[in-house]
Amino acid sequence: MPIQVKFFASLREQLGRSDTEIATASTVAEAWQQATNDEPLPERILVAVNLDYATLDSAIKDGDEVAFFPPVTGG
Amino acid sequence: MATQILDCDFSPYQWLSEFSQQLPAGQTGAAASFIGTMRDFNDDVSVTQMTLEHYPAMTENYLKKLEQQARDKWPLDDCLIVHRVGHIEPGDAIVLIGCWSAHRRAALDACAWLIEELKYNAPFWKKEQRPDGEHWVSENTDGH
Repeated sequence: MPIQVKFFASLREQLGRSDTEIATASTVAEAWQQATNDEPLPERILVAVNLDYATLDSAIKDGDEVAFFPPVTGG
Repeated sequence: MATQILDCDFSPYQWLSEFSQQLPAGQTGAAASFIGTMRDFNDDVSVTQMTLEHYPAMTENYLKKLEQQARDKWPLDDCLIVHRVGHIEPGDAIVLIGCWSAHRRAALDACAWLIEELKYNAPFWKKEQRPDGEHWVSENTDGH
């Protein structure tokens, strides 16, 4: 099963897409590289794996959902 | 016990009134609430409207977890979190938090904790419409 990759807010607009699929990756950082064709990683970026906050070195597996987004501004 | 994400305008006072009526009479001695509304300025710049984006599945999960954490930390009789998404106009409510407990300290502390946690961690993003165009809000201010 592919890995689903999602982008939100300003990051979605900068990259010009909200989601994509990648065949495989072992960490969140690797998923970013593959999903964006090695775009530089923004300085202030938050990540989630399967709807929970994670870090760039978090391990991922096939079928996971990985999300990248800027600092949150709700409330 | 409730968390709700709404894509249309809502009356926080009506929500508080209706929600508090379902609490067991005589049990709750304290209610604390926080209501955040949209201003028509930010950093001295006029803001005419706003769009709030979220990560639906993660945001719903996160708000539920937040409510559970508050209930684990304080003896709450009940707790309500409502947050807007979509198109928002100045004066519209953005967020409502309500906490009910037997005594005031638990309700007050839980309410203050919930809004701070929500502002720093819940996956929502504000995009403001200003006279010179649209701008994403880069981060929330510290404890204002």
